[in-house]
Amino acid sequence: MVRALIAGLGLAIIAAPLGCFVVWQRMAYFGETVAQAGLIGVALGLALQMNLTLGVMLIAIVIACLLLWFSRQKAVPLDSILGLLHHAALASGVIAISMIGGPPVDLIGFLFGDVFAITREDLVWIFAGGCIVLAVVAWLWQPLLRLAVHEELAAAEGVDRERVRTVFIILLAVAIAVAMKIVGILLVMAFLVVPAVAARPLAGTPERMVVLTASIAAGSVLAGLWLSATVDSPGGPSIVIVMSAVAGLSLTLAALKRRH
Amino acid sequence: MGDREGRISPGAEGVHGHSRAQGHDLSCRPDARAKSVHPFDPGALISARGLGMSRNGRDLLNDVDLDIFEREIVTLIGPNGAGKTTLVRVLLGLEKPDSGEVRRCKDLRVGYVPQRFDIDSVIPMTVARFLMLGGHEPPERVTAILSEVDASYTRDQQIAELSGGELQRIVLACALLRTPNLLVLDEPVQGVDYTGEAELYNLIGRLRDTHGFGVLLVSHDLHIVMAKSDRVICLNRHVCCSGMPETVAQHPAYVRLFDAEAARAFAVYRHHHDHSHDIAGHAHPVGEGDAEDTSAQGGSRV
Repeated sequence: MVRALIAGLGLAIIAAPLGCFVVWQRMAYFGETVAQAGLIGVALGLALQMNLTLGVMLIAIVIACLLLWFSRQKAVPLDSILGLLHHAALASGVIAISMIGGPPVDLIGFLFGDVFAITREDLVWIFAGGCIVLAVVAWLWQPLLRLAVHEELAAAEGVDRERVRTVFIILLAVAIAVAMKIVGILLVMAFLVVPAVAARPLAGTPERMVVLTASIAAGSVLAGLWLSATVDSPGGPSIVIVMSAVAGLSLTLAALKRRH
Repeated sequence: MGDREGRISPGAEGVHGHSRAQGHDLSCRPDARAKSVHPFDPGALISARGLGMSRNGRDLLNDVDLDIFEREIVTLIGPNGAGKTTLVRVLLGLEKPDSGEVRRCKDLRVGYVPQRFDIDSVIPMTVARFLMLGGHEPPERVTAILSEVDASYTRDQQIAELSGGELQRIVLACALLRTPNLLVLDEPVQGVDYTGEAELYNLIGRLRDTHGFGVLLVSHDLHIVMAKSDRVICLNRHVCCSGMPETVAQHPAYVRLFDAEAARAFAVYRHHHDHSHDIAGHAHPVGEGDAEDTSAQGGSRV
């Protein structure tokens, strides 16, 4: 339980800035597609007998870069490509896993996370990955913000949008790979996006929004794990339910306030 | 002025910078491209020669030459689909042309006010914060720039709550913060009413006089331009003509129709083409007699 808590809180902090950027740049579907490809990474890891988190991370980075490349061409709209790959990736992953011999794989665990099965090694991954992600985000904060506010203006004023974008999606892929342990492939984007959505109406500056997002996510982790322990519901989904409730409340209050 | 005209454009003589040896109609056909004979101008802020670009088999730009100097206001006009925004993007380095070259002076700083600046309301940010995003601007400078564009009152408002006109002023302020020596505005008065347009033109003129930068202003209006324009360039994939506008302040009929005060902000540009364009944008030569008529017609025949 303690490990689950530490993992969840650590992840809440890592996911906060990334989730905010995903919401600001309206990239949720993009992230979702990368997450679905995670299952292929699991299959790869099992087949090659390598560390699974590493396998997922590598595949996630490859897919993310591929999607970024797709987003630059004008022939097919990105949304169509995501729609296609999103489902194809998940299907391929499930098939790949079923083809691999050996002991039966806990598919549900990968799809929805297995937060209470977090090991010490997982914590190391989360901590190490988290430090790198947060450090890079802090370093690239200004250019990322400028690109999110107005991409063309930022590019015209000298921001290297290709490089910054590429670094961002790599960070996103790393975070997705790490978060998969806790909330699973299908809910990992929720972990990033929902707290940010909840925080938006309450924030007046981007920094405040990141802090609020982290707080809401952390609080949801605590409440969600408590709920899970109390009513014996799955850990990851319980956390996401709490996050969703908070977001629903926040948006409703904001809408009511606007009426006046 | 006349010197610059001859350099950038064909307009005054009705030829596109091509050699006129073969007769008056050869140069008007898009396929009769000859290399531009004019060298780049080292004294210009931006000097472009022979810019060409096509996508999906359609020409977007066709052998365009252009120079912009300090302190001058150049208005770029043309019908929809003429390639004005494409040309601006190429000049700014946001897109690469298929042919031709753009040379920029060494310490060129461009302030860009794009045509569409739907700044996402998803990001929580005040106007002051937005303006300080770019560099390391002290708050006093932000306040000063905001008052220069007559938008001081928006300082602490969320950018998501600004009106279209206010947002435009803020983006203009953002461009000014870079102390540009070239200000580029892409269709800034589209959708703005008459007095708003006059106010904006007066503002741009004031800013140019104060700061001394060059201005490239893209306008969708084919005939009415900013009075303080030093030069007008008519573009329809290639430079069709260019010249100086005539102020309307002297025309009593115009003054009677519209507000005298605002009338001072506008000028009329008279086109002088030796060719016309069809709907697809291809140029066709017309006889000498028809040249004057084309300017009176609207639509794609410029």
